Amino acid sequence: MQKIYFLMLLGIVFNVPANAALRIFSCEPEWAALAKEIGNDKVDVTSATTPDQDVHYIQARPSLIAQMRRADLVVCTGADLEVGWLPVLLRQGGNAKVQPGQDGFFDASSAVQLLEVPTSVDRSMGDVHPYGNPHLQLDPHNIAKVAAALAARMEKLDAADASLFQQRSTDFLLRWNQAIDKWTQDGAGLKGMQIVTHHRSYVYLDHWLGLEEIGSLEPKPGIEPTTGHLAQLLDQVKNKHVKAIVRSSYQDSRASDWLSSRTGIKAIVLPHTAGSVPEAKDLFAMFDVIIARLNEANK
Amino acid sequence: MHRFSHAGRRAAHLTMFTCLLSCVTAIAPRPVAAQGAITSNAFNPALSLILDGKYTNYSRDPRDYQISGVLLGEEAGLPSRGLSLGETELAASANVDDKFYGQVTLSISDNDEKTDLNVEEAFVQTTTLPQGLTARAGKFLSDIGYQNSKHSHTWDFADQPLVYRALLGEQFGDTGVQLKWVAPTALFVELGGEAFRGSEFPASGAGHDGVGAYTAFAHLGGDVGDTHSWRAGVSYLDTDAVNRESTLPSDDIVAFTGQSRVWIADAIWKWADHGNPKTRNFVLQGEYLRRKESGNLATRLATAAYDGTQSGFYVQGVYQFMPRWRAGVRYDRLSADNTVGPLPIATPLSDDRDPSRVTAMVDFSNSEFSRLRLQLADDRSRARSDRQLILQYVFSLGAHGAHQF
Ligand SMILES: [Zn+2]
Repeated sequence: MQKIYFLMLLGIVFNVPANAALRIFSCEPEWAALAKEIGNDKVDVTSATTPDQDVHYIQARPSLIAQMRRADLVVCTGADLEVGWLPVLLRQGGNAKVQPGQDGFFDASSAVQLLEVPTSVDRSMGDVHPYGNPHLQLDPHNIAKVAAALAARMEKLDAADASLFQQRSTDFLLRWNQAIDKWTQDGAGLKGMQIVTHHRSYVYLDHWLGLEEIGSLEPKPGIEPTTGHLAQLLDQVKNKHVKAIVRSSYQDSRASDWLSSRTGIKAIVLPHTAGSVPEAKDLFAMFDVIIARLNEANK
Repeated sequence: MHRFSHAGRRAAHLTMFTCLLSCVTAIAPRPVAAQGAITSNAFNPALSLILDGKYTNYSRDPRDYQISGVLLGEEAGLPSRGLSLGETELAASANVDDKFYGQVTLSISDNDEKTDLNVEEAFVQTTTLPQGLTARAGKFLSDIGYQNSKHSHTWDFADQPLVYRALLGEQFGDTGVQLKWVAPTALFVELGGEAFRGSEFPASGAGHDGVGAYTAFAHLGGDVGDTHSWRAGVSYLDTDAVNRESTLPSDDIVAFTGQSRVWIADAIWKWADHGNPKTRNFVLQGEYLRRKESGNLATRLATAAYDGTQSGFYVQGVYQFMPRWRAGVRYDRLSADNTVGPLPIATPLSDDRDPSRVTAMVDFSNSEFSRLRLQLADDRSRARSDRQLILQYVFSLGAHGAHQF
């Protein structure tokens, strides 16, 4: 009995008074940036991962369990991208509001059409994503779809600030759609540009801009580049006109550099999320940098 | 963990065994529903199968294994010499409905005499209790300490720390209930307590009408910047033992009846290059355990009073120096202070040498699902040092494993 009183006392001491800000736990920095665009100062957003981390390989750290415990809304990519750690956080966080199926759980992949949905999967294919490719944030049209769905969810959860969220999301989508037109125009010359990527995480960018992916540095998804595979890739790109070897900021540069030094093809880092390179502070700047760097490599 | 076979108590049911195998063959390749389409398959629990095999070489006979200063539980010991199969583990988990989650882990061990099927874990857990509470019921590994709740395929070494083998019978799990609470703070604060049947080492005999063991634990944790993270905790385990049998290398059996209490302090610190453990990371981990036992020891011919305090620690560091490759070292040390009345046979309790062990390992993981390991140890659990070599593979099939901290 004493223990129960003790627990109750602790609950009172530690309980933060309910304040206005909607507490959002975002799995990736891009959704944190998007939630901030919509919620501004009416949301308290934390991102579980940084742009330097490989989001496939996060551990369920104590700090993340503590964040999960306090969240009003969990915003994640879904489609099994976070399969190794998000279910653990949900089970250990003791937060009923944010369990899948509740309004407090938002799955971005449910708002878009996924590419590369396999008809059957086997681990000999690597750590393949069984529900389709989850790296969906690199098509700005997907960001727009997620923004609309996320704003609707935030309005539902925080009625007091609903009109603000609606107004800000409408304004964001207006600016975003104008930006898409500009990026599409600026990137028109990229159609048919051949690239090699580190991981299959650029398929939505390929799909949007019409880039042609010749191969991946990873022999299989999630398997680190091997010398044998790189040698094979070297042969493969010789008869092509590959313009860039593309990787994200969290990926080891050695494989890119190796292939680049033997072929003269430029190795470039494309921002994969908000903040992943210094110039890409927000989502708008992220696509500005992507288009600029691809155009530069395609010259 | 290497579990020795128990006659009768955990006999394998062959019919069930074959059913399990046919279920497992359904794991791969797995058909995937197109987006939006709902098939009955989508409700199948996540199934995974762990394959574990070893080659071991010891300079001393593993059947004589004992640890100075303690009486070992029946499941504590060394894997048999030469080529052997470790535990083949079959796990299934899923949300039961909108309020409960369930998990079953069965382990199949196969040795020279027979095949045993053990229920390692079988529990249900709440997902929607208010105020950060989670309740659990069934059979499970206790959340005391750090290493205790880790399944063997996630261990950083091929075997448990010596102090876990000596004081907890490799690791403590039993049938019971658990209540856990996570504080709504930026600092990770988790408090919990468990009540168990009390039939597993260091408890025995399901005393107190079948509620013979209790635990309480507190864990704290957090991050320091983007690249460091830590967790520390204290735990307590209070058990009753009724006729807890230990078999000595001489084949004599000693049975302990009395109270056995364990205190644990644990700490782990992790570093990852740019916060991204996939490339390079380092893990420093250590735990201190102290156990007090008081009661009687019975042999076939006599009974004597026994009061013992045994304690020990391990500290280990594991460094992933490049993607897929890790190397680690571990140091174990134990000591004991026992008072035992006159008995007609000699037991390790009266041996006042301080056991220790130094272990080094290197492992390679082609993917998250496969690991090959070489481990060397100089084990001074007994009077003379035992040089041990273990070559191990750990493969996992089926559902994606959990990235536990
Ligand atoms: Zn991926």
